[in-house]
Formats: sequence, C-alpha cells, structure tokens
Amino acid sequence: MANPTGKAAAVEVRNLVKEYDGGRVRAVDGVSLRSEEGEYLVLLGPSGCGKTTLLRTIAGLEQPTGGEVLIGGNVVNGLPPRARKIAMVFQSYALYPHKTVEANIVFPLKAEGMKRARRAERARWAAELLGIGGLLDRKPRQLSGGERQRVALARALVRQPLVFLLDEPLSNLDAKLRATARDELKRFQQEVGTTTVYVTHDQTEAMGLGDRIAVLDKGRLRQVGRPMDVYDDPADTFVATFIGSPPMNLVPRDGRLVGFRPEHLLPAEVVPAADRVGVRLAVDRLEYLSGDRHVYGTASGIGEPTRVIARLPATVLTPIEAGRTYGFAVRGEKLRFFDAASGERAEPERIESPS
Amino acid sequence: MSAASGSHRAGRRTLADRDGFLAWVFLLPSVVYIVALVAVPFGLAIALAFSDVTVGDPSYDWVGWQNFERNLGDPVFWRALGNTFLFTGVSMLLIVVFGKVLANILVADFRGKWLVRFLVLLPWTTPVALSTIAWLWLLDSIYSPIDWTLRRLGLIDANLNWLGEPTLEMVSVIAVHVWRLTPLAAVIVMAGLVAIPRDLDEAARVDGAGFWRRMFEITVPLTLPVIAVAALFGAILTFTDMTVVYVLTRGGATHSSEVLASWAYVRGIGGGDVGQGASIALFLFPILLAAAIAILRSVRRMEVL
Ligand SMILES: Nc1ncnc2c1ncn2[C@@H]1O[C@H](COP(=O)(O)OP(=O)(O)OP(=O)(O)O)[C@@H](O)[C@H]1O
Ligand SMILES: [Mg+2]
Repeated sequence: MANPTGKAAAVEVRNLVKEYDGGRVRAVDGVSLRSEEGEYLVLLGPSGCGKTTLLRTIAGLEQPTGGEVLIGGNVVNGLPPRARKIAMVFQSYALYPHKTVEANIVFPLKAEGMKRARRAERARWAAELLGIGGLLDRKPRQLSGGERQRVALARALVRQPLVFLLDEPLSNLDAKLRATARDELKRFQQEVGTTTVYVTHDQTEAMGLGDRIAVLDKGRLRQVGRPMDVYDDPADTFVATFIGSPPMNLVPRDGRLVGFRPEHLLPAEVVPAADRVGVRLAVDRLEYLSGDRHVYGTASGIGEPTRVIARLPATVLTPIEAGRTYGFAVRGEKLRFFDAASGERAEPERIESPS
Repeated sequence: MSAASGSHRAGRRTLADRDGFLAWVFLLPSVVYIVALVAVPFGLAIALAFSDVTVGDPSYDWVGWQNFERNLGDPVFWRALGNTFLFTGVSMLLIVVFGKVLANILVADFRGKWLVRFLVLLPWTTPVALSTIAWLWLLDSIYSPIDWTLRRLGLIDANLNWLGEPTLEMVSVIAVHVWRLTPLAAVIVMAGLVAIPRDLDEAARVDGAGFWRRMFEITVPLTLPVIAVAALFGAILTFTDMTVVYVLTRGGATHSSEVLASWAYVRGIGGGDVGQGASIALFLFPILLAAAIAILRSVRRMEVL
C-alpha cells in the first residue's frame, strides 16, 4: 500500500497469516494494513473474523504463521511483547486483582525500572487525565465497570507507548455508559495523540471513533477507508450489508446487484427530477424508530422484485400506509453496482426509469 | 418413599422433601465414621496419657501429670520434638518451592506432557512404607547407587553413611519427605495456577514484565492461598509421619533422627509403656490444631478473592 502522508507508519502488517491447529483454522488470512502516526484505526468485522487474533499478533502474544509485523518502521516478528513498546487494553480489562488501582497503573513503569517518586507522579498524572484520581487506593473489585475501563486505560497510557491496542474495551459496559465512554475515549485519544488500533464488532462504535475503518471478514481484509468512504462506497456486498443499519438494499438486475441505502429510497416527489430512478414500492410494514419511518416492502422496476427497506426522515411528510403501492425513487448518483457472482464493485450504469 | 407418597394428592410433602431429615440421613455415615475413628481414639489417647497403663498391666490407674513430667525431663523427648519441627520446617519449605516449580511444568504445554504428569504423580501414589523401603536400598551404606554415581563423578572418595551418621540421617529423612510430598503440593498449586485468568499473564507481558516479575508480582500473590494450603498439607503430613523415620533409621542409634511420632511408638508399643506413648503423641495435638485452623482460614481467604 502506498504511503500518502510520507510519515512513518506506527503499525504495519504485511501479508499477515495466522493459522491455528496446524493450518485447519485460518484466523488471519493474508492481511496487509498500515496505520499512520497518531491515527485512530478501527478493525471492524463480525464475530470470529479474526480481529482479536490480528491484534494479539501485533502485540506479540501470538506468533504469525506468515508475513511481517512492523512497529515504528521496524520488523518485530519474534520479539516478545515487552520489547514492542505497545500498550494493550483487554476486553476483560485484565486488571491485577490483588493490586490497588495505583499499583495497577504503575506496574508497567516498575517493569521499566523507573524510580519510585517518578512513578507515583506519572500514575497521578494518568489517573487525573482519566478522572480516577480519587480511586487510587481501591482494589479492582471495588470499582464499577466504567471505572475499571478507565484504570485499564490509565495503565496503558502511563508508559507513553508507541501504539495503543484496544480489544472491544466497551463491550462490558451497558448501552448508556458505552455511549459516554466512547465519547471519552475519542477525546482522550485526541488529547494524547497516540496511534490507536481499536477492535470492535459494533459498527456504531467504529463509525464514531475511527479515523479509518478496516473491515474484516473470515480473516480477510475487505476494505479500508474513512467511515464516510466505507459507508458511501463499499468495496463489496459484504461491506455494503455489514455497515449501516438497516443495511444497504441490494436488488438483482442482469447478473449484477444494484445497491442503495435505505435513506436514499424516498417518495418520488422528494427526489430531484433530473437524476431520478423510479422504484415501485409495495409497502407491507411500517416501523417508527427514533423519529424516522422505516418502510418495508417489495421494490420493482429497478431490477427483479426484491424486499427492500426505505428510511424516511421526519422531514418527509408523505402519508404511507401498509398494503398499498407507491412511487418511490433513488437518485442515480447514489446507486452502487456489484457483480452478482463475486460481490465485488462493478462499473456504474445508467438505469432508465420505467415510464 | 412410596408409603409417604401413597396418595397422589398434590402438595403432599414426602420424606424426600424434608431437608432437615435428609440432612441427618446423609450426614450420619460420616458422623459415625468420625466418632469411631477420630473421636474415640482421641478420647482414649487423652485418658491413657494420664494413666499408668502398660502392655503388661492394662489396669487403669490415674497418675495425673506424671507421664508429661517424665517427658519434659527426658532429653530424647526434647530431641524428638526439636527434630519434628526441624524436619517439618525444612521439608515444608522445600516442598513448596519444588511443588511450585513442578506445578509450572505441569501446566506448561509441550509434547509428551502426559508422561511427565504421570511420572510426577508417581511418588504420591506409592504407599509410603513401600517407597521408603525402596529408599532404604537406594541409601544403603554399601550398595547405594547414589554413592556409586557420586563416586564415579569423583565427588566423593568413600561411601557415605546416609542412614548412620546423624547429619546425613536428617538429610535423608528430609529428602524422602520432600520426594514423596512434592507431587501433592504440585497438584494443589497447579489447581491454583490454572484458575488464574490467562489474560492477566498476557497483560503483564504486554506491560513489559519479564518471567521473574510476572512470577513474583502476579502468579505467586494470586496463588498464595493455594500455596499456603499446599504448605500446610505438607507440614501436617511430615509432622505426623513416623513411617519414613522408622523405616529408614529406626530413629537413629543415638535417637539422632527421632521424631515425636516415632518416639511415641517406640515408648508406647515397643517399650510397652502405653501411657507414656500416649502422652508423647498428645504433644502433636495443639500444633495440628493450629495448622488446621490456618488451613481453613486460608481456604476462606481464597473464596473471598
Ligand atoms: N487458540 C485458538 N485455537 C484455534 N482457533 C482459534 C484460536 N483462537 C481463535 N481461533 C479461531 O480463529 C478465528 C478468529 O478468532 P478471533 O478471536 O480473532 O475472532 P474475533 O474477530 O475477535 O471475534 P469476536 O468478535 O467474537 O471476539 C475464530 O474462528 C476462532 O475460532
Ligand atoms: Mg475478539
């Protein structure tokens, strides 16, 4: 992959392969990926796609079967985790249960051989940054989930590592706490500016946090790009349907698939006439979700009749009822085309509206 | 049960529903067992310790503290008491250290580990008396293969008198204790090691800790309660054991490796002075009680963790 900024890549993997059980399981299957200095890179994919394995291989907790791992421009294959200058936050946080919060936070500094006074000072700095200055004497089991997460982050951050590796650090929190924790995480990363590789299977988290998102499926890299690019220009049908909720509609047409996002399928009268591709939508169900109307129905006219979803924002007032057929439309520039056999992106084509 | 639930009316309590009754039924065998094999002999020992019962004259006459006073004035008793503590202390220490090392080997993942596990556990599965007799041959003053090996290596000139010379006797007894109890300690510690979440060790590795720091700052503190249990089991089993000493040295020519248990046996059964033997054995009791309390407390600490 080319290096557009010219800066050193903080983390890079080249043709990384990781097999388990003597090759019967290919958890990571030839991934090449680089993250720029200070970037927030999110690894996104469904459960079992190899995200954790990729992260652990970068950390040095697993040895790759093939390929290279580079940190700060140096190949680190074969180096133990402690020689890699990385910090990792585990999904379980992995706080040392017998140590106080302070002892947890200074542990990496102690391992480094830093002087006691200096250690305490750094620990206080990290704790203040994360707002856990008052908890230093507690044991991990006396903390709430959110507090534990911050202790884990503080422990990762005291050492000022080259890279943060975070493995689903929010998945143990309840939905509400997750939203605030996500916000804090982003702010905190912007403050310290350390390159971060973040693993999640939650697309909302990925879209919200990532400078760039790498989408993985079955150990293979499907697409890397800014959240906007991944959403608007998915490289294949997997990315198109994995990202977005509800996912992209895919309508078969002459050996290809025509894709469009639910929010782009709107009543014909609100779509500009110049670039309008008409769709007949036989509505069979309506959902009213956080102000939007989700319209379920069968689309015809654009390809073979297919079940699709339309998402009408609150600003669209057209009355819609289940059991009737309406004239909907999509703007031609919002259509994406995929090869039906391979699922890969295909050349765009013009679709004439049925008269 | 069918008698109690004869009529099939709903809500009828059968005998099997009465928890209090069932608890007693299930506990009864162990209560009988403990009374017959622990409480009765213990009461008997106390009673005998205050009597002049001998093998030749089994009639019970109360003699008060006389047996205990005789013990306190007997240098062999003091020697045995000191030896008991020395053997127990040194063995316990070595058992824990070797047990920890062995436990690390047992949890490690490598080819042929089942064979290693089997070999490690072998000493524990052999009856003490049998394995001690094997050691008797290994430590024989003339045919000892250990001596032969040392001689061949040029480390010694003449055979060592493993079971005849006071210091070497002690070394031998301790070595056999350690050899037979280390597997038990290893298995106990292994259970503790396996219970530590793997990601703690991984977190420590990523945090930059080397092998020794991970061991002493993470693994050992987290397994401390289990190690304490292993240590106490080792201690109790060494403390109360007379087989090893008795088979290996018979206490030594000058009682140099005598311990309380063997001395109690020698006096009470060998010498026929049952009251005296019982009073010697009773000295084990307060110390065992303390050890048992310590075990229970460390087990409770483990549950809290
Ligand atoms: N130690 C192992 N031995 C054998 N197979 C493994 C091992 N670890 C992971 N795998 C397999 O590798 C694949 C990827 O696992 P991985 O843990 O990386 O998934 P993931 O993307 O992190 O999933 P999740 O989102 O559920 O955490 C899975 O199919 C898993 O079964
Ligand atoms: Mg995972």
